[in-house]
Amino acid sequence: MSVVPVSYYLVLSAILFGLGVVAFVFKRNIITILMAIELMLNAVNLAFVAFARAWAQLDGLVFVFFVIVVAAAEAAVGLAIVIRIYQNRQTLNIERVNLLKF
Amino acid sequence: MTPFPSEQIENFHRLAPEIILCAFGIVIMVADAFVQAAHKRALGWLAFIGALGGLLGVHFMAHDPGNAYSNLIRADSFSIFVHLVVMGAAALAILGSFNYLDEENIQRGEYYALVLFATAGMGILAGANELVTAFIGLEMSSISTYVLAGFRRKAIKSNEASLKYFVLGSFATAFFLYGIAMVYGATGTTRIDLIADALQKMMADQGQVASLAILGLALMFVGLGFKVVVAPFQVYAPDVYEGSPTPVTALLASGPKAATFAVMLRIFYVSFGTAGNFWFWAVWISAVLTMIVGNFAALVQTNVKRMLAYSSIAHAGYILVAFAAGTDIGIAAVLFYLAAYALMKIGAFLVIAHLGQPGEKRLEITDYAGLGGRQPVLAICFSLFLLSLLGLPATGGFLGKLFAFQAALDSKVVWLVVIAAINSVIGAYYYLRVIVAMYFWEPSKEYLPSKVAPTLAFALAIAAVGTLYLGIFPARVLELAKVAADSIYLR
Repeated sequence: MSVVPVSYYLVLSAILFGLGVVAFVFKRNIITILMAIELMLNAVNLAFVAFARAWAQLDGLVFVFFVIVVAAAEAAVGLAIVIRIYQNRQTLNIERVNLLKF
Repeated sequence: MTPFPSEQIENFHRLAPEIILCAFGIVIMVADAFVQAAHKRALGWLAFIGALGGLLGVHFMAHDPGNAYSNLIRADSFSIFVHLVVMGAAALAILGSFNYLDEENIQRGEYYALVLFATAGMGILAGANELVTAFIGLEMSSISTYVLAGFRRKAIKSNEASLKYFVLGSFATAFFLYGIAMVYGATGTTRIDLIADALQKMMADQGQVASLAILGLALMFVGLGFKVVVAPFQVYAPDVYEGSPTPVTALLASGPKAATFAVMLRIFYVSFGTAGNFWFWAVWISAVLTMIVGNFAALVQTNVKRMLAYSSIAHAGYILVAFAAGTDIGIAAVLFYLAAYALMKIGAFLVIAHLGQPGEKRLEITDYAGLGGRQPVLAICFSLFLLSLLGLPATGGFLGKLFAFQAALDSKVVWLVVIAAINSVIGAYYYLRVIVAMYFWEPSKEYLPSKVAPTLAFALAIAAVGTLYLGIFPARVLELAKVAADSIYLR
């Protein structure tokens, strides 16, 4: 039986994390930025699972549950903040949320 | 055969502050639904009692030190010291919030509950003996403070502060988490003490640390560096500190910074301490950048709240100077600095909260003109905090800097200390400018000073007395900090 090596998953995880970072930096819509953060967290989850497999431990799998819970809490708070911004400013473009400046 | 009761009681003792804080937080959330708007302040008092209860919980920790919950949490002198700083900061911030919230018409129970939850998160961070536990603590404190930063819901600036803090904060925690995954992959464990063993074994076997572990540490430095506001991860801080409600800024500047520095000390000194100080130059460069960015940007600010935000970046740089020492004395210096810094920063921000008046309209330096004649006691208090931030002898800020530079010099980190000393001289300009404005500038005519509420006066008095106490009788606290520094390595 051929098994996909663990390193493949790590490379995939790094690519996903990188895509998340790129999307975070270049996208202008706040919702898209939230999605980029979710992508980064899920890339981390993939890395945890892959390492758990490599070390033949359960720990890494348990961490994933914690990350999922935290990500859900973050999304809830994040969307509430986005709603506030939209109600007060009528925009979701991050470049127009620029009252505080150097 | 069943060790259940005694073991559980030990666990409860070692996590007592967090359990008490969370219990009070939940009670406040529930009670909020039944309390009439006119009596919301009672919830604030409940929260204050909760924070004092947290301090009582530290007492339980102190009497029953050790590891709890299968070694996930450590109750040692180090954790106790940071707990005291964090809980004290929370209690002062709560006291300073009562009148501010009334003025802004946002007197609500969830504010106090969130402060308590954030403090519990910082406590977990301070006691974490395992990286994912540290992550949970970090997120508990972060998510609560994201909401607190946006608590003036109608104010666009507050919304913006909240959004920026949230977006960049979650970005940074993703890096921290990825770093944890890397370290886990390299060592097969996330426990801070076991990582040290694994790395030591790696050094013995291969003569070097796996690059995966170094990458992990670098990623964790990004995530934690963001929370303690060191360059180059400081961009968000001035905006967030300026836009947040001022008592929240006071909490943000002191609590999370102390707790995150605590977990940084554990990770860098304990986990990676055995593997040679390869992180030294990263900390060195970051310290220099942090001090320069903070001080030079503060020079050109006219908004006092924003200026103090930059000043807190500069102070993170001074703390990194002690951090770079890499010795026990360095740890003790960091801890002492954190305690002194929390007192003076909270004091300064609470004065700003009072002088801002409803809507936070009066934050410019010109609004402080003539304060010395109009409200002499308040002006003296504010001057004391500013002089302590500047580092004048007989204040906590001076001795904090002295111990930090001393620790760095002992480790032969001479150039960093030279740069830090030059920076503190530059920093004197913007602190003194505010004091000059208060005493020598002509006051504006239309301004009506408002009375300082008794609760706020009490909080300011504690902060001022604490700052002087640390400056004049540092021996006791320094001794505690040294004991704490020793306890970090114990198994």
